[in-house]
Amino acid sequence: MITLLVLVPVLFALGAYLMPSDRLRPRLLSVAGFVHLVLVLWILAHPVPITVGAWIGLDPLGRLVVLVVSLLFFCCSIYGLGYLRARLHWGNRIFITCMLLFLAAMSLAVMARHLGLLWVAVESTTLASAPLIYYNRNRLSIEATWKYLLLCSVGIALAMLGILFVAYSILPAAPISLQLDDLLAGAASYSRPWLRTGFAFLLVGFGTKVGLAPLHSWKPDAYGEAPGMVGALLAGGLTNIAFLALLRVMQIMAAAGEIEVARQSFLIMGGISLFFAAVFVIKQPDIKRLLAYSSVEHMGIMVIGVGIGGIAIFGAMLHLVNNALVKGVLFLAGSNINRCFVSKRREEVAGAIAVVPASAALFIAGFLAVTGSPPFGVFISEFTILRGVFSTGHFALGGYFLVMLAVIFIGMGSTVLAVTLGPPSARANKGKYRDTLLSVGPPLFMLLLVLVLGLYLPEPVRTLLTEAAGVVGVIR
Amino acid sequence: MESPTNMLLLLIIPINFFILGSSRLGACIRTTALQGSILALISFLMHPVSGHTLFLSGSALALKGVLMPNLLFRAIRQVQIRREIEPLIGYVPTLILGTLAMAGAFIFSDYLPLIEAHRGSLIIPVGLSTLVTGFLMLTTRRKALTQVLGYLIFENGVFIFGILLADAMPLMVEAGILLDLLVAIFVMGIIINQINREFSSMDVEDLSSLRE
Amino acid sequence: MTLIITHLFWHLFLLFGLSPLLIGVIGKTKALFGGRQGLPFLQPYFDLLKLFQKGMVLSRTTTWLFRAGPIVGFTAPVIASLFVPFGNIGAPLGFDGDLIFVIYLFGLSRFCTATAALDTGSSFEGMGAVREVTFACMVEPTLLFVLIVLVRLTGSFSLGGLFGSALLPGWHTAAPSLILIMVCMFFVVLVENCRIPFDDPNTHLELTMIHEVMVLDHSGPDLGMILYGSAMKLLVLGAMMVGIILPISLKNQFLDALVFGLGMLLLAVLIGVIESVMARLHMLRIPQLLIGTSLLSFFALILLLR
Repeated sequence: MITLLVLVPVLFALGAYLMPSDRLRPRLLSVAGFVHLVLVLWILAHPVPITVGAWIGLDPLGRLVVLVVSLLFFCCSIYGLGYLRARLHWGNRIFITCMLLFLAAMSLAVMARHLGLLWVAVESTTLASAPLIYYNRNRLSIEATWKYLLLCSVGIALAMLGILFVAYSILPAAPISLQLDDLLAGAASYSRPWLRTGFAFLLVGFGTKVGLAPLHSWKPDAYGEAPGMVGALLAGGLTNIAFLALLRVMQIMAAAGEIEVARQSFLIMGGISLFFAAVFVIKQPDIKRLLAYSSVEHMGIMVIGVGIGGIAIFGAMLHLVNNALVKGVLFLAGSNINRCFVSKRREEVAGAIAVVPASAALFIAGFLAVTGSPPFGVFISEFTILRGVFSTGHFALGGYFLVMLAVIFIGMGSTVLAVTLGPPSARANKGKYRDTLLSVGPPLFMLLLVLVLGLYLPEPVRTLLTEAAGVVGVIR
Repeated sequence: MESPTNMLLLLIIPINFFILGSSRLGACIRTTALQGSILALISFLMHPVSGHTLFLSGSALALKGVLMPNLLFRAIRQVQIRREIEPLIGYVPTLILGTLAMAGAFIFSDYLPLIEAHRGSLIIPVGLSTLVTGFLMLTTRRKALTQVLGYLIFENGVFIFGILLADAMPLMVEAGILLDLLVAIFVMGIIINQINREFSSMDVEDLSSLRE
Repeated sequence: MTLIITHLFWHLFLLFGLSPLLIGVIGKTKALFGGRQGLPFLQPYFDLLKLFQKGMVLSRTTTWLFRAGPIVGFTAPVIASLFVPFGNIGAPLGFDGDLIFVIYLFGLSRFCTATAALDTGSSFEGMGAVREVTFACMVEPTLLFVLIVLVRLTGSFSLGGLFGSALLPGWHTAAPSLILIMVCMFFVVLVENCRIPFDDPNTHLELTMIHEVMVLDHSGPDLGMILYGSAMKLLVLGAMMVGIILPISLKNQFLDALVFGLGMLLLAVLIGVIESVMARLHMLRIPQLLIGTSLLSFFALILLLR
């Protein structure tokens, strides 16, 4: 049943590639997104327990991530109906085929319970998303795609090295199995030097995909040059997939009794990510690069949450959901502003609220959400993580955390408000764009979800989050 | 006398030095292909012969020794660039860094203890120094093609470590790894083509407009 | 005592007798490659005889340094050869650490040649001296690493114990290292004796000369001493290389000397072949190649330390 989650997008991708009509193809994308979402909801309603030793299976953590990814994809595909219609002359065959393959690869990564399969899936996401970044086909896009491809491929190669080291640590107890349950069962007896070195490589490798500093340098370029819907999927989907991979690694380290090493490394990398995000967010002229640094910040927060343990892991899981949805809002609204002004730099964009009031309002609301203002859900998740930080005695880290958040709030605020408020700049409506239901509906929907999560956590969602946190926090 | 696999592994190190110090793109591509072929041979020699190891070595040889160089040569033929210009830190400092890394790899390889069956093998130092060679090429070279070569050498380093586990890993994963490598190189080749078409050169230095 | 006398005899005989023949063999090989008959093998002997009987022309701007250069260039290889074993014929003299002494002897002769060249006051000689000294600096690490590897393998600090049959256990345990240092030593021989691909001994263009330009102003007996000195230097350094690959002693002085002589002649043929098939490297690439050779010999050392 869960293999359908991969097969359906692949079939649709084939269909999209073969379909001759550029006009109808975006509809195929939306249909595929809808079918995928329905499948996911059905699987969540009828959860199948994982078979021990199987290569694929959806444990609670996987279910959470696939729900978020599928929801985000569906919203982006609805947005895509309007976006791609405005760009019919560019053709969208490769774009839509790669989008669907991207979805298939992400689904595969979520349900992989074998390290090798996980690796193959994550590498496939890199390869499938590279043409998406290149959609605009100008110099800056090429540059962004090249850096993205090279850096992420190196990261993935390092992750492969890490997997090989972990596999070697199992010897001489043959046969080696990279299946997750086997690894977790036998981890206590693995050779320590190999396991630790393997963990270091895996952290660097998958950390590059997540975008933890100092491995994040591809993020501003890739998010900045990709179309808005692609940026939303990268920021809300791909980073979560890579984060899931990191969590699987942490599971193995926990089973081996090396949890302290893993926790310390996560805390350090999370702290560095917050610092880099804070530094580069100040006076950031480009709104999409701004969002990239915000993504670095939030990955850092999630990683700190997992590194602290206990209730902070629950906060990190909630943050995973909130962050993905809010990034969707921000990227899509930012894309609208970009389409209106044909620029993303604050020197050229101003007064968006007068020209595209809905998108600008969404952008401001998204900004408030992403920096952790109540009543949005991000506030709750960050608060939970902070509770965990302080209750375990990491007072210095907690103080540092708050200072960085404040700096990021001020930095982001300056750019966001400069772009949205004030008198419209000379480039107003250069792109002949009007807010329509298709371009405003999806981000509005996601914003409302984040608002709801901030005010009230429905019981099924709470159960799912608790179970997901339990997967990471349990030491077998 | 050293075992034949150790001798072959030792050959990899002078190859690394040669690639680090050479500026002729054609020679670099051919030497990388040679390195890949030697690795395929090592993976064949190191384990008892079975269908699995034959398939792995054969496909590695085909991919690394034949297919990759073909793709890369096709890329440079379209671009018509045959020489690399001076790397960011100069050839001699690159060579010295590579040597220091190699020395470090040899001296610190004892930290990772090998199991009984593999004791005395040079895989860890050679693998680590190949990784560093690939990384140096990736970071210090100015042409996109040599960056791709650096990535190939980096993957070769990962492959060396994979040889240790050839008879213990399931077949599908290795096939997936090699296939991913092929597709990655293919996509990179396409991007190089696009870079050349847009900029009329393969200088990665031109790709520097995106900054803060 | 008698052993030392016989070693001394063989050394001096081989040194003075064999070295011009090496030059002749190299020339003949190059001629054969070029489809020519070339000079006879013994021509260098006749050339040297002729030069020693000729008069000399001395420039008025030169001083005693100009005369001292060729003299040191002649005597330094002679003294050095007394410490280097020729194949399996032991060295007549030796003390712990004499390898440093020998290296510095060659350095001394190079210094004197360079100062003699600078003494003429001509810009061409100065240019050649600069290049020669630079390349010699870059090849020193290689030579040192080669000797360190040999010291580590045999445990002896004197040149007499570093070559020949003392290396037999080394060949069993560390053959890759020995092969590498053999290649590196070959490069050292090529550089120190100003052979292609580092320097062209037959060039007539002053801008491309390195060693040749330094001896441009010498004539007569001085030139003879320089030529003989460089031939002897080729023999001594070549003996160091050949000594690595003769691990089995035949226990008979005649046969050992014969094997050594054959080895040296083969080396000369090899040099001739390389001179015929390659051109001299671009001046800017030579330092890169030399540093690469140093790193290669360093790698050979690392292999031993493992």
